[in-house]
Amino acid sequence: MTEHNGYNLRLYVAGQTPKSMAAIANLKKICDQHLPGRYEIEIIDLMKDPALAVRHQIVAIPTLIRQLPEPLKRIIGDLSNTEKVLVGLDIRPN
Amino acid sequence: MADKTRAKPADLPSIGKSATGIGGLDEVTRGGLPQGRPTLLCGSAGCGKTLFAMTFLYNGAVEYNEPGVFLAFEEQPEELIKNVGSLNYDIEKLIAEKKLAIDHVEIERSKIAESGEYDLEGLFIRLGYAIDSIGAKRVVVDTIETLFSGLENEQLLRSELRRLFEWLKSKGVTAIITGERGEGTLTRYGLEEYVADCVILLDNRVHDQLSTRRLRVVKYRGSPHGTNEYPFIIDEQGITVMPITSSGLEHGASTERMPTGIADLDRMLEGKGYFKGSSILVSGMAGSGKSTVSAHFANATCAAGHRCIYFAMEESPQQIVRNMRSIGIDLQKWVDKKLLRFSARRPSLFGLETHLAAMYRDVTDFDPDAVVIDPMSALLSAGATGDVHSMILRLVDFLKGRGITALFTNLGVAAGNDATTEIQISSLMDVWLLLYNRESNGEHNRQLYLLKSRGMAHSNQVREFILSSEGIKLREAYVGPEGVLTGSARVAQEAKDKATILLREQDIERRTRELERKRREIAAQIEILQAQLVSEETETDLLKREGVAREDQLATDRVAMGTSRQTRAAADGRNSKTANRYTK
Repeated sequence: MTEHNGYNLRLYVAGQTPKSMAAIANLKKICDQHLPGRYEIEIIDLMKDPALAVRHQIVAIPTLIRQLPEPLKRIIGDLSNTEKVLVGLDIRPN
Repeated sequence: MADKTRAKPADLPSIGKSATGIGGLDEVTRGGLPQGRPTLLCGSAGCGKTLFAMTFLYNGAVEYNEPGVFLAFEEQPEELIKNVGSLNYDIEKLIAEKKLAIDHVEIERSKIAESGEYDLEGLFIRLGYAIDSIGAKRVVVDTIETLFSGLENEQLLRSELRRLFEWLKSKGVTAIITGERGEGTLTRYGLEEYVADCVILLDNRVHDQLSTRRLRVVKYRGSPHGTNEYPFIIDEQGITVMPITSSGLEHGASTERMPTGIADLDRMLEGKGYFKGSSILVSGMAGSGKSTVSAHFANATCAAGHRCIYFAMEESPQQIVRNMRSIGIDLQKWVDKKLLRFSARRPSLFGLETHLAAMYRDVTDFDPDAVVIDPMSALLSAGATGDVHSMILRLVDFLKGRGITALFTNLGVAAGNDATTEIQISSLMDVWLLLYNRESNGEHNRQLYLLKSRGMAHSNQVREFILSSEGIKLREAYVGPEGVLTGSARVAQEAKDKATILLREQDIERRTRELERKRREIAAQIEILQAQLVSEETETDLLKREGVAREDQLATDRVAMGTSRQTRAAADGRNSKTANRYTK
C-alpha cells in the first residue's frame, strides 16, 4: 500500500483494554468505509515497547497518528466520534 | 546538610524523609521531603520551581545515590540542561551515567483532535519506562498543569492526575510536582487537592525594587516543620534556604577567648579579648575607625590559624586590603592562605533576607570561626524596617549556634541619639564598642569606649584611639582637673604639666640654694660673733690681769708711801699720830 495518496496510520494502544479494542474496531470501520484499499494500519502496543511512547510523544491512549500523507496528524480517544476522526484525518473537509 | 535520618522512637510509626541536599531546606523540613510520596512545589512564574526541582534530582543523583527522572512539560531537555548549567550542574554527564533521565512531554492542543474516550496511560508508560530504565528513586513532574491547556476534557484529566499521584506513591518514588500559583489558590488548577502530603510554596516579592525569594512549607503531613517564610537564594552555587528561626537561646557559652587584635583593647577585656561565639557591635560615625577595628580582629583571628569571613558591604576587598596595609596589616596573606574570605556585596544588590541567606550559605560553606560584617547598617537599609530586627536576630542566633564570633560594625550616631535600630540590635550584642570622633580645639580626635562586655570585667574608661602605621594604639585617657583630654589638647596639657613640674623643681632647687647660702651666712655671722666674743673675753682677761697688776702696784706704792710717812712722823710726833689715824 504505498500508493500516492495512501494513508499510513499508526494506532498506539496499551494492552487489551476496552478503549484500545474499541479504537481498533472503530478505526477499521472508518477506514473500510472511507478509505477502501488506500490505508495501512499499524497497531503499536506500548506495553510491549514503552520506549516508543517516548520517541513518538504519546501521552494519551489510544492515540492515532497519521504518518502519511504529510503533515502528521494526531487524534486521541477511542475514535467513537466518526465525524471528528474524518475531520482529523483530513478525509472530510472541516 | 541536615541529618538525613533522624532518630525516632522505634515503636512509633514515622514517615521516612528524602533529603533534598538543598542547604537549609532539609532543616526546615526536618530531614527532607516525605519519602515515597509526592510533594507539591508551587509558586508564580520565575520563582525558581524548576531549578528547585532539578536541584532535588541532581543532589539525589550525586550525593544520595538516588537516580531521578525529570518529566518536563514546559522545557526541551536541551533548554533545561542549559538553564541549570548556570548552577554548575553537569546534567549531560549524569544522563550518560544513567543517574538522570529527562523526558520532555509535548502537548499542543492545536495539533491534537479528540474523538471519544481516552486516558493518559501513555504518560504512565513513559514515566514508568524512565523510572525502570535507571532505577529512579526520585521524580520531578514539571509542570503537569500544561496538560490542562493541551487537553479538552478537564474532568478526565483530573481523574487521571489523581490516578497519577496514587501511581507515583505505589511506585515508591519521592516526587516533586510543580504547579503554577493561582489567584487565591496555591495552584491554578487546584493540584493541592491531589497532592496533599507536603506542599511547599515559593515566592518572589519585590520591595523597594529589591526582590526577595522566600520559601514556606505550607503543610507537611505527619511531620513537624518550620512554618515561617524562609528567604532563599539561587546563584551559581545552587540554592540556599536560610532556615534560621529565632527561637533557640540554647547555644552553649564558651569560655574560650578570641583576641581582638588590638593589644590595648585586650587589656581592657581582662587581657584576653572577646569570648568565643560572642557578638560584638562596633558603632561609630564615619571615619571613626570601625573597619580598622574589624580588620584587626580578622587579622588576629587568621594569625591564630582560625578562619574568618569578612562581609564587606561598602568597600571592595582590594580596597580594604590596600587600606589596611597603611596601618601595617597584611590581609592579603590570609586570603592567600585561605584563612580569610572576603564576601563583598553591595547592600542594594538584593534585599535583606537575600543577603542573610547568602551569608548563611557562605558560613555553612566556609565554616569560619569568626565573621565580620562591615557595616551591618548597610543591611538595615536593605530591609523593611519591621523585619530588620528579627532578621538580624536570626543571623545572630545562627552564628551563635555555630559558635562563631561575630563582629558587626554599625555606622551610626553615638548612643543617646535616636538610633532605635541600633538600640534594638545592641541588646543582642555581647560586647559593644563605641567609637567617637570628637571635636575639640579645632580638631577631631578618635576615642574608644567599651560600653558593655557581658560576662567579664572591663575597663570603663574612654581611651584615646590612635591609628598608627603599626595599627591601633589605645592610650590611657588623660584625666586631669580639666577633664578628659585627647589629641593636641592632651599633648598641650601634658606639656603644661611637665612645665609646671619643671618650674616647681627649679623653685625647690633655688630655695635650697638660698637656704644653704643663708645657712652659710649665719654660720659666718656666728663665727664673727664668736670671734668678737673671744676678743672681748681676751680683752676682759687682759683688763682683769691689768687690774690685778695695778692693785699690786698700788699696794706696793702704798707700802712705799707708808714707809715714807712713818719716817716723817718720827720727826713730828702728835701730828703724825692723827695723820696716821686718818690715813688708815
